[in-house]
Amino acid sequence: MSDSYAIHTEDLRRVFRAKRREAKKQKREIVALDGVSFSVGRGELFGVLGPNGAGKTTTIKILATLLSPTSGRAWVAGVDVAADPKGVRRHIGMVSGGETSGYGLLTIEENLWMFSQFYGMDTRAAKARIKELLAVVGLSDRSRTKIYHLSTGMRQKMNFVRGFLTDPEILFLDEPTLGLDVQTARTLRAFVSNWLAERRDRTILLTTHAMHEADELCGRVAIIDKGRILACDAPAVLKRGLQSEAIFRLRIADLADAHTAVAGRVDVSRFAQTAHDEHIEVDLILTSDGALPDVLASLQSAGGRLLSLEKREPTLEDVFLHVVGHGFEDAQREGGGA
Amino acid sequence: MRSRSAWTVFWRTVLGRAYPRIIGAQREKSWVFFEIFLPLLQVTAYVYIYRAIEAPPEFIGFVVLGGAMSAYWLNVLWSMASQLYWEKETGNLELYIVAPTSRMAILLGMALGGMFATTLRAIAVITIGMLLFHVSMTVQNVPVLLGVFVTTLVALYGLGMLLSSLFLLFGREAWHLSNLLQEPVSLVSGFYFPVRALGQVVAAAASILPITLGLDAMRQLLFPAMLGDLRFLSPEVELGILAGLAVLFLILARRALGYFEALARREGRLSIRGQ
Repeated sequence: MSDSYAIHTEDLRRVFRAKRREAKKQKREIVALDGVSFSVGRGELFGVLGPNGAGKTTTIKILATLLSPTSGRAWVAGVDVAADPKGVRRHIGMVSGGETSGYGLLTIEENLWMFSQFYGMDTRAAKARIKELLAVVGLSDRSRTKIYHLSTGMRQKMNFVRGFLTDPEILFLDEPTLGLDVQTARTLRAFVSNWLAERRDRTILLTTHAMHEADELCGRVAIIDKGRILACDAPAVLKRGLQSEAIFRLRIADLADAHTAVAGRVDVSRFAQTAHDEHIEVDLILTSDGALPDVLASLQSAGGRLLSLEKREPTLEDVFLHVVGHGFEDAQREGGGA
Repeated sequence: MRSRSAWTVFWRTVLGRAYPRIIGAQREKSWVFFEIFLPLLQVTAYVYIYRAIEAPPEFIGFVVLGGAMSAYWLNVLWSMASQLYWEKETGNLELYIVAPTSRMAILLGMALGGMFATTLRAIAVITIGMLLFHVSMTVQNVPVLLGVFVTTLVALYGLGMLLSSLFLLFGREAWHLSNLLQEPVSLVSGFYFPVRALGQVVAAAASILPITLGLDAMRQLLFPAMLGDLRFLSPEVELGILAGLAVLFLILARRALGYFEALARREGRLSIRGQ
């Protein structure tokens, strides 16, 4: 494998085997990845998009040398992850969402310094870089706070600084804004964009189930579900693929389940439904605008009362609905967490 | 990242990982109670037993020294052997594995930091114990005494590093295993009495634990009464065996770490939490 790609995988497969006592209660084998192949060029911000349990974290763990693939191969910076994990580690960094790493009795600054030492950074250079990055994420005034006093958002900002501290050639971000408030998530997304803009030779692989995050940040995304990549391209290209279809969002009252009303209709390409307190929200992809009156009639004859109707431009969520065949939230409910 | 020599990364990692133990641990003042007062209570109980049965006064010194050295064993058991389990639970282990550094350097940092922090506690236990119970010691041979002490710690923490590699695979079982090891080792290593009292066979078997021979040798070098019928082996022989154990445990730890890390990666155990 040449090192022209930052990341390259061929037919990656990972099967987890349940322990004997657990196997009685559940399936003996869980296929987390089922033949995943993709390539990421140098300087790219590549997103892996999918619901919980789709295989995103398993992919990152294999690439970050935390997990061996059951079969298939993967190269990071041209180095085979299974044959030479130590060689891979010289090129990578990793930040995961909801991370609780570090030692509570140490301050933010001390924790970051400690991690910098695992990369052999000179103390003076490490401290200067820590100061600079803490200012970027707005944590300068907290640098001497012990980390057990930090909120979730502050802790995740610290984790971000840790991941970027050593300026890794290839960075894995695994659901990095998971559980964060809107403002903090926005700050961190801006941080990622700026970091990459200033360092054109760096590569980021981002996994997320936040569609807007992938849309905003990624040059290309792979949509993954049940361990398989179902689509892979630039978000704009994926969305453009849906422009010949008609996408609507309806809010309907007095109807618990719209599925039976539209099931089997040839003019409904895809259907997803989200329940709210007093109404349901239905996302529809129709073969054409002309199919809408008949679909609405079906819903009304099933007892539904239309509260609102919105025709939308395609989003990545619609792309997901289109390629996976069911809504993102349905997939989230089905999924575990690989 | 700029290319840095493996040697630089190794020693910076050692310093980095030792730091939380040296600095962080001193910030939680409760250690004064848990790690000095409580061990002293146990020492006190044995002191009164020995006084009640009119044991020779040197036995009080044996107990104080045993109480101080038990701090190292507890440190090895709870802060070395089962440490990687806790690191996995908090998410630190993933970051250790992903970093381009030696896992032995991380363990060595943990060991050096642990030794430093525990030495402060051991000194406090010995000082307070000597003052409270009027213990007098006679140092027979300073270089051998220092040699025995340092070699005991190297062998003991080498054992800790070996155990921590094994524990890389374990989940909550690590906790149970540490619990299981704690008291039997206190007994067979002779923390509060000369190990010879258990008989030559048990003492020989217990010698696989460095603290057994270390304590026996240090007692001989500090309390001349031990030189008589109470000693197990001569301090020089014990020092030689300890040196052998130190080398053996460090080599085994290095090999076991590589083997169990690869196995844990195959089985997906390096990052699964709450198993």
